[in-house]
Amino acid sequence: MAKAKLTPRQQKYQAKAKKAEPKPDYFRNAISAFFSGGLVCLLGQALIDFYSQIMKVPPKEAANPATATMILIGALLTGFGVFDNLAKYAGAGLAVPVTGFANSVVSSALEFREEGLVYGVCAKMFTLAGAVITFGVITAFVFGLIHAIFH
Amino acid sequence: MSKKTGKQTYQFGNPPKIISTGTVAGPLEGQGPLHEDFDEILTDARNNEKSFEKAERSMLTKACQLALNHASCSTDEVDLFLAGDLLNQIISANFTAATLGIPFLGLYGACSTAALGLSLGAMLLDGGFAETILTATSSHNCTAERQYRYPTEYGGQRRPYQQWTVTGAGAALLGYHGEGPKITGVTLGKVVDLGSKDPLNMGAAMAPAAADTILQHFQDTGWDPKAFDLIVTGDLGKVGIDLCRQELAENGLELGDNFSDCGLLIYDLNKQDVHAGGSGCAASALVTYGHLYKKLQRKELSRLLLVGTGALHSTTSFQQGENIPCIAHAVRIEV
Repeated sequence: MAKAKLTPRQQKYQAKAKKAEPKPDYFRNAISAFFSGGLVCLLGQALIDFYSQIMKVPPKEAANPATATMILIGALLTGFGVFDNLAKYAGAGLAVPVTGFANSVVSSALEFREEGLVYGVCAKMFTLAGAVITFGVITAFVFGLIHAIFH
Repeated sequence: MSKKTGKQTYQFGNPPKIISTGTVAGPLEGQGPLHEDFDEILTDARNNEKSFEKAERSMLTKACQLALNHASCSTDEVDLFLAGDLLNQIISANFTAATLGIPFLGLYGACSTAALGLSLGAMLLDGGFAETILTATSSHNCTAERQYRYPTEYGGQRRPYQQWTVTGAGAALLGYHGEGPKITGVTLGKVVDLGSKDPLNMGAAMAPAAADTILQHFQDTGWDPKAFDLIVTGDLGKVGIDLCRQELAENGLELGDNFSDCGLLIYDLNKQDVHAGGSGCAASALVTYGHLYKKLQRKELSRLLLVGTGALHSTTSFQQGENIPCIAHAVRIEV
């Protein structure tokens, strides 16, 4: 990003504007993110147990259907217009787990539905999640490479 | 004789009147404290249309038709249509102009469009270039959020200084026949850039532009701010109006209780979840053409200064790290 130099008058105003900016309630946000994030993880664990013990999926692989189910729940909540209302309170507690990823994809897909299936939904569903996927793929590649060389 | 007074102000020898207005408000705005002052209130943000963009356009067209109906005026009797909105290439205004079939001048002043339309309309009328002018603007929370920020269903936490884009449309019919409050002078603003970059904090970005135009209006005209029943900015919100007040005070202008902001008036900030207040073209359009216009008609207000504020950035410019250039236009309305 280009960083244009601010004039003294601009610097003075920016200092004033910074001071006038109301701060979010970090403490309350952290507490609610801690508990809502914990709840999401608890649900995830319950799903893993469900798949491994009731559906007899091998314990090591049970996390995969559990993640898929969490994504489905996040996507459905987004579609029903509930997710954004929950996220208002839960914040990072919902955004950091895979539910946040599901929400970013589905909300974009819904948003651009009017621009058609191909150029709207399919092309634009990754406008927010695209960066996550790119970094995920690169990280997986690099660590896979390290694993292959040193193992 | 020049109509220009001072550096940026124009006074009208033959002040045009605001003959009638039309307003259509969104559902949230309809639950706000000003709900009685709007002509129509949508029950659904989509307004039975296929897309939010179409919904915005339908509101703008409806507001124009309401303003025309209130004055029993047909589109043939209107010389010019001045309109704009927030969407790329002012698309809502373009389509509305196509429906109305009135010669059209598209305006882009971001959220200052209502004040820009009133200013230009009054100048064209006083100059004798037209006899009746329709000016209108609109904004929609869902279309603006999509273009400038995030998808509507995206679950992000909003900042406490963030404002809520107002859903609604407002239109005003200007001319000389009939009765109505007069536009007696306008001050056209300069673009002010005091280095703000955060597109979520529009109030702080626009406050210096508002202060600049307010100061210029009083300097050019020699008026006393106390002579105004109300000096109202467009959409500075809670954060912006305080900064604007500070800027004015530093320049020797202390404003009292007669200073407010349309973005603060349109919602109940304690009950409605809009953080720092309303923003968007419709904030000043709904408040001025709905609430304030009715107060002027009832003579509860006799002199008003509307200072429409606009942030003139684009989605590309702020992503490339550029500052947010801002503007404000002032319109003096008297009974």
